[in-house]
Amino acid sequence: MTVNVLPPASAEQQTPPDPHQAAPLQPAARKKKRSLLPYALVAPAAIAELLVHIVPMILGVYIAFITLNQLSIANWVAAPFVGLQNFVTTLDPSSPIAGQLYGALGRTVLFTVIVVAIAWSMGMLGAVLLTSSFKGRGILRTLFLVPYALPSYVGTIAWAFMFNQRDGAINRFLVDDLGILSERPFWLLGGNSFWAIVIVTAWQFWPFAFLMLLAALQNIPNDVYEAAALDGASLWKQFLQITLPMIKPANAVLLLIMSLWIFNQFNVPYVLFGPASPEQATLISPLIYQQSFNNWNFGLGGAMSVMLLVVLLIASAFYIRMVLPKGQHDD
Amino acid sequence: MNTKFRWVAALAVGAVAAGSMTACSASGGSGDDQTITYWASNQAPTVERDAEVLQESIDRYTEETGVEVELEVIPWSDLYNRILTAVSSGEGPDVLNIGNTWAVSLQSSGAFVPFEGDALEKVGGQDRFVQSSFATGGAEGQAPTSVPLYGLAYSLYYNTAMFEEAGITEPPATWEEFVEDAKALTKDTDGDGEIDQWGVTMAGSSISNNAHQAFVRGLQNGSELYDEDGNPTFTEDGIVTGVKQWVDLIGEDGVVSPSDAESVNGSDMAATFAEGRAAMFFDQAPGDNLRQRDFTDYAAAPVPMETADASGLEGTQSHVAGINISVFENSGNKDAALDFVAHLTSDDEQQYLAESFSALPVVTAAYDDPAFQTEAIQLKQVTLEDHAQPMPLFPSEGQMETLVGTAIKDLLAQAAQGNEVTEDDVRSALDSAASQMNSAG
Amino acid sequence: MIETRGFKVFRFFGLAFLSFVVLVPLYVVLTTSIKPLADVQGLFQWIPSRVTLEPYVQIWQTVPLAQYFRNSLVITTSATVLSVAMAVLAAYALARLRFRGQRSFSLVVLSTQMFPGILFLLPLFLIFVQIQRTIGVQLTGSYLGLVITYMTFSLPFSIWMLTGYFASIPQELEEASMIDGTGRLGALFRVIIPVAKPGIIAVAVYAFITAWGEVLFASVLTSKDTRTLSIGLRAYASQQDVYWNQLMAASVVVSLPVLIGFMLVQKHLITGLSSGAVK
Repeated sequence: MTVNVLPPASAEQQTPPDPHQAAPLQPAARKKKRSLLPYALVAPAAIAELLVHIVPMILGVYIAFITLNQLSIANWVAAPFVGLQNFVTTLDPSSPIAGQLYGALGRTVLFTVIVVAIAWSMGMLGAVLLTSSFKGRGILRTLFLVPYALPSYVGTIAWAFMFNQRDGAINRFLVDDLGILSERPFWLLGGNSFWAIVIVTAWQFWPFAFLMLLAALQNIPNDVYEAAALDGASLWKQFLQITLPMIKPANAVLLLIMSLWIFNQFNVPYVLFGPASPEQATLISPLIYQQSFNNWNFGLGGAMSVMLLVVLLIASAFYIRMVLPKGQHDD
Repeated sequence: MNTKFRWVAALAVGAVAAGSMTACSASGGSGDDQTITYWASNQAPTVERDAEVLQESIDRYTEETGVEVELEVIPWSDLYNRILTAVSSGEGPDVLNIGNTWAVSLQSSGAFVPFEGDALEKVGGQDRFVQSSFATGGAEGQAPTSVPLYGLAYSLYYNTAMFEEAGITEPPATWEEFVEDAKALTKDTDGDGEIDQWGVTMAGSSISNNAHQAFVRGLQNGSELYDEDGNPTFTEDGIVTGVKQWVDLIGEDGVVSPSDAESVNGSDMAATFAEGRAAMFFDQAPGDNLRQRDFTDYAAAPVPMETADASGLEGTQSHVAGINISVFENSGNKDAALDFVAHLTSDDEQQYLAESFSALPVVTAAYDDPAFQTEAIQLKQVTLEDHAQPMPLFPSEGQMETLVGTAIKDLLAQAAQGNEVTEDDVRSALDSAASQMNSAG
Repeated sequence: MIETRGFKVFRFFGLAFLSFVVLVPLYVVLTTSIKPLADVQGLFQWIPSRVTLEPYVQIWQTVPLAQYFRNSLVITTSATVLSVAMAVLAAYALARLRFRGQRSFSLVVLSTQMFPGILFLLPLFLIFVQIQRTIGVQLTGSYLGLVITYMTFSLPFSIWMLTGYFASIPQELEEASMIDGTGRLGALFRVIIPVAKPGIIAVAVYAFITAWGEVLFASVLTSKDTRTLSIGLRAYASQQDVYWNQLMAASVVVSLPVLIGFMLVQKHLITGLSSGAVK
């Protein structure tokens, strides 16, 4: 069987289909026998998810309602139930913890927007430029994927090395080689630390966007472009009016996933700054880590996480309803 | 058929993998009479070296008692989290090392065996230990849940050649002299208009170092970090003054390179020192690092105090640094575990271990060994015995270190970027740290 | 896209920019890995003044890298194979079959991506210990616990992606197979999987990369014998010194399997994800 038979699949690629579409396939005569099959197929994944994701998550949510710290952790089952107190402490604007939380939340939103914008743009650029065939395309394709394929720790530690104020490559380049700056700025301290995590995270993530967008782009038939060119549309116009709309579903899903992952980003700040980030670069995940694992105050960490979960659920729900057309919003 | 075969193969791989997985598991905390598990911390330059050194001591123990010891050396990045999982799940080692500043916090979890009565007798009683080290084992008035294993203390290290060159005959004994000397030693040696020799080097991004300095400087200036009831008193005048003194080194005094605000640990300081870029620094045991870099033009001196003859709390030159050792309450073999602790804290083993790890013995008898009779070590011994205080013995100590240490790190960053740091800045940073303490746990 | 001259120029500069951005840190890693320690601790030099392969030798001694390598390979490969298998089955059900709880399953699986990963750590450990005690299967400090964890981590995205991928394969192919008497499952194995091979590979790569570089859960679920590479890498930065050159050399070594595997497989990725690419 040849691959040509398959229709352009880009639009449906990344979004799960409307289940209603699958119905007509099943011959009525076999309906009864079939009823167990889907459950059998889903069972292994469901069990694994239950064990490793769902139950711990429920437990994590439960922890938000108890006091779990050094005193109670050895016997966590009996830890005192404190209802909404952890939530109050976290949310009450007058408490310093809440101050940190709101600050981190706002900063993380800004961080996510900027990183997703940069990563997506670079990914789009790479995808568009590598869509057409030319010599060396394969090499570049592989090269571009490297930052994502590299273990996150490795990439981040390399950047930490480069960001070193006195000896690092970045300052060496900017101050000694190019002479743009006269003084060596700090990247891992102070205000620039925010940009340090932006740069490192964008560098690690853009290949993921590149990969997904490249795939999506492959499926736009050339004749659509040819027709538009004949009509006199410029390349940029073609991009805006053909490319973007045709990859919208895949694109929308990509943006959602990337935003969620980048919002919850933990590795980069942790490796770059250690357990305590500079104030100007504190994101929400490292903050929660600090409360939970440095201070052993899991109740607070849990409350913050539940809030995070709620915020993200609401945001995702909005996004899905707005951006994905009806019938394709099942996931 | 191709597909089928591929899937069968994949499943087979999975099955084999699953099989090998169950076979390849390590044993958890054992209830086995003949084996105990020991989690050691990373003291040597590499984890491998730690294992080598400890294995010798363990072999001697096994020969004597017939009990096997399963050793795992855990890097510092993981140790605290591993202890957390052990405490919360009840599954852990029999014996473990802990940073001694964690002792009180871990004590409050109730997961460790208190050293009193028989247990204390097994390790030979309190008196044979260096008292200041022993005091770190738990909160005041309660039986300690850890006993000291290695001791360490801060000293001032200075470049003897540079001192000679600058005509300074004696290491500074007071903070004032210290800053004066530092200023005299901060200069542009090659005439290119940039300072390349600094009076002092520090690890500004080391949270723990910063917290230690706040503690010591605070005491020297007459204030403690906590009051008797365990409430944080970070904004006491003495603390504010002390922290400001420290931050001013990069700021007003200008005797520390701004780049040091980014340095994270002792090796950065040692590197700067050995390369001749700084004349003085405070550290616990840089000997190995300096030796590795073939640097010998240095000597050790007591940490400067406010006045040359200060004593008592104001005569504090260092916190009581070191590693302690605990026995897990859930251990299946407490007797053997305590025996092992007694073994590691015995006079002979103390001499062997302290020497191997460039640390100090925690039992006074061990100091008789000629290996510990050098000037540098004698200095440390005196520091530890007469001029050192345990970090505050409250469960929230760990949190305090993080909050105060980070506050200082941010102040140093501020100063390093050329901004003025006033006393008010210091006070408000410490105040913010204190308020975060109250609302958590 | 019709390529004008202008486009070609734009393409050249665009690709040069992207390549530069990707290459510079990689260059730093590579050159640092072949410098002696002394050269690494001073001001960064673009061109190494002295070159040595010592670090590549030392890394195996400073840290038991070979053992960690084996552990990582076993754990990651197992987790990947299992994860892909489960994702394929579940995605097929979601794409082709109707059943109650379908939507909820997908939503719940998605919601797991909204919870900070770090907070699964302690509850997961507690659950594992409970299981350990009740049925005696060693989950902590063994390969099994980490494999189960990793295979589940990559499930949500894998299921999601494969579901869409399967859905885009025309039903006629399976219908034909079923008319021949193979049944649903037969259709899955004989028809769908070969056709979807590239999509499956994409998901396998993602699962492998995710597991290979994971640090936090590995730090807590492994013991001395089962420690993985990602933990091992951190050991080059000990309390006393950071052996940058060895760390970079080890990073190169640790990254090689992923990169080589990726290079072998990436062609399938693009051709596959873009089934029916019209060139």
